[in-house]
Amino acid sequence: MKKFLRSGNPYIWLTAGTLTACLLMISGLVVLIMINGFGIFWPHKIVQFTLQDGTVLLGEIAKREPIPHQKDAYRTKVKVGNRDVYGMDFRWIDDAEVVSQTYPVHALAFERREWGNLYGFLQGLRQGDGVKPLEKEAMASLLRESHALYKKIRNIEKKDIGNINYRMEKIRLELKHLTLLQLSEKTRKRAAALNARMAHLEKIYREKEDTLARFYEKAREKEVVVLLADGREKMVPVFQIIRTSMPNEMGAFAKVRFYVAKSWEFIWGEPREANTEGGVFPAIFGTVMMVLIMSIAVVPLGVLTAVYLKEYAGDSFISRLVRISVSNLAGVPSIVFGIFGLGFFIYFFGGGIDKLFFSESLPSPTYGTGGILWAALTLSLLTVPVVVVATEEGLSSVPKALREGSYALGATKIETLWKVVIPQATPGILTGTILAMARAAGEVAPLMITGVVKLAPSLPIDSHFPYIHLERKFMHLGFHIYDVGFQSPNVEAAIPMVYTTTLVLLFTVLTLNLTAIIVRNKLKKWYSTRAM
Amino acid sequence: MAKEHIIVPEPIVNIIDLSLYYGKVQALKSIALDISKKKITSFIGPSGCGKSTLIRCLNRMNDLVESVTIEGCIKIDNQDIYSPTIDVTELRRRVGMVFQKPNPFPKTIYENVIYGPRLTGIRKKGILDDICEKALKKGALWDEVKDRLHTSALDLSGGQQQRICIARAIAMEPEVILLDEPCSALDPIATAKIEDMLCDLKKDYTVIIVTHNMQQAARISDYTGFFMLGKLVEFNITTEIFTNPREKQTEDYITGRFG
Repeated sequence: MKKFLRSGNPYIWLTAGTLTACLLMISGLVVLIMINGFGIFWPHKIVQFTLQDGTVLLGEIAKREPIPHQKDAYRTKVKVGNRDVYGMDFRWIDDAEVVSQTYPVHALAFERREWGNLYGFLQGLRQGDGVKPLEKEAMASLLRESHALYKKIRNIEKKDIGNINYRMEKIRLELKHLTLLQLSEKTRKRAAALNARMAHLEKIYREKEDTLARFYEKAREKEVVVLLADGREKMVPVFQIIRTSMPNEMGAFAKVRFYVAKSWEFIWGEPREANTEGGVFPAIFGTVMMVLIMSIAVVPLGVLTAVYLKEYAGDSFISRLVRISVSNLAGVPSIVFGIFGLGFFIYFFGGGIDKLFFSESLPSPTYGTGGILWAALTLSLLTVPVVVVATEEGLSSVPKALREGSYALGATKIETLWKVVIPQATPGILTGTILAMARAAGEVAPLMITGVVKLAPSLPIDSHFPYIHLERKFMHLGFHIYDVGFQSPNVEAAIPMVYTTTLVLLFTVLTLNLTAIIVRNKLKKWYSTRAM
Repeated sequence: MAKEHIIVPEPIVNIIDLSLYYGKVQALKSIALDISKKKITSFIGPSGCGKSTLIRCLNRMNDLVESVTIEGCIKIDNQDIYSPTIDVTELRRRVGMVFQKPNPFPKTIYENVIYGPRLTGIRKKGILDDICEKALKKGALWDEVKDRLHTSALDLSGGQQQRICIARAIAMEPEVILLDEPCSALDPIATAKIEDMLCDLKKDYTVIIVTHNMQQAARISDYTGFFMLGKLVEFNITTEIFTNPREKQTEDYITGRFG
């Protein structure tokens, strides 16, 4: 026994076993998220249940589980949709209740802009009081029409009216600014000119609103009649329908097409229905942009700090204290950084900027409220220890011989640092940056008080001067997960979205890191051949 | 007081009564010797005898080590290099140095060679190209690398890397070149190439070389100093030292009785 212990074999098993356990847990996590996340957009069959009490239900099977304490008894969770009719999306059915279970070929799933999915049978297009039967092709062209209309409406609402609003707001601010100044001939003239422009804009605005009203009128015109499972008829405006599908008659190819279209919409689309449906593009965009701003801020901050600590500060009591404090900073709960960001960046800094440059729009704050810049800066404080430590290690790894070679050629300390030491330490610095980015992309708590919102009306980059709006609030995948999964009015229906959003977050972080790794390798090559 | 040694013709470096302390430990004890212009002077002696420390004093590389104190004086061209008015980087441009292990920068061959000249502010590509070619020719490397000047210097062999480092020092057109055991990491063929090259360099530069290899000192140098325990035991014309040493310690060392 003693010999066995001394041979070291048990320890190899112990260490290898621990590693295996870690790997299993991590891969289990990823696989769980992948299974749940990838599966959501695959078209499910629509089942029609007839129950003993005569109720007929139509919907997708969401879950099936054994009933506790009963042998061979199961119950099924059915997504019946039609929230506006039934009041809830899901219903549990015990197997014992079911009389028959069929898969009607013509059962249709309507994906709507509001109220979630609707399941039923298409009767036709409403005409006066009657119903005109509708062919599949005719329905498709109707949908195309309504999508085109929807696009037009969105264009007017977002672009045209948005533009006008933006310009009107500017004029309003300038007018307010003028009233703060002393009245003179010049200001009066300017104010008159502004008022004239304002009136002109208001006119255009009203015209646009009229067009919009006409469009909405047109949108409400056409309605399809849908027969629900319980025999009721339901009018659905075509305009409300995003897409219809008949999963029961879909072939494999059609299913794949459906899947791809849904996934595409998820990644590039905007959220609907309190974020429980639609896409997550604004959140992806916000996450990536916030991480990039954070990196731009954290790299100079961390690298310069580390260079001073390592190259100039020496090894005194104070420098050791600073080093320990920097490392400990990494252990401070992130919400504390959030509070600091709120107090320092938003109230102190942002408030100051508002007073100096945006006084005409006060008391409504411009920079004195949460925004993507403040969130990014807060996170850069959170991640600066990572960069400092990695940079210090990178600097230590540069061989003394290289520095001496540079000094011997008449280089000063700063020249040596700049031309030999820092290029050599760059891979280390970038590794630190990669770790910082990974940390920042996953952080949610400090963002919640420094600028993340459930739904941001516009992206931080758009076509209005100055194009990049760092003061805007933004959406973030991490917060999106929390919001969809736990804060939305319809949590049950939103759970699959949580997994998919998690998957997207994982992929986003992975992509960011891979990009950074590729940049690191490219830089390594570039530094070894470039002219200095 | 230092012992009297021979008087060399045309001295360019005068080391006068030099002592050096690392903290409280004395590493050099009252060294005094002169180095002759455009000759090769070699320093030999057992490990830890202070010979490397001494040549690192000549371009003030010891400044980089903390807690070093120096007494005495070193003059190059009759200028005290430890005087407060001297510009250390200027001094290091005049006194080039090559180290024990080849330490090319992780850059291209070209960038390595023109590193120093570029620091002095030369920006014109034509001039830099000329400097690079000249230095590599003097470093006996031009024919081997002229077609791949813009590839990484780290891809070269150890011997070539060391010659890059020598060429890098030559590119600064120094008056004195210090070599700290330049061949200790190289094979005999690479060593022979560097020795040939050093003999050529003698025409234009004053060369000071620290070596463990007594044959090397005998082969290439004009003057040799033998050090032990921080003291200069004997300094003389090389042939004299190796054929007719005056000191018992020197004789013991070169005949291999200890060391």
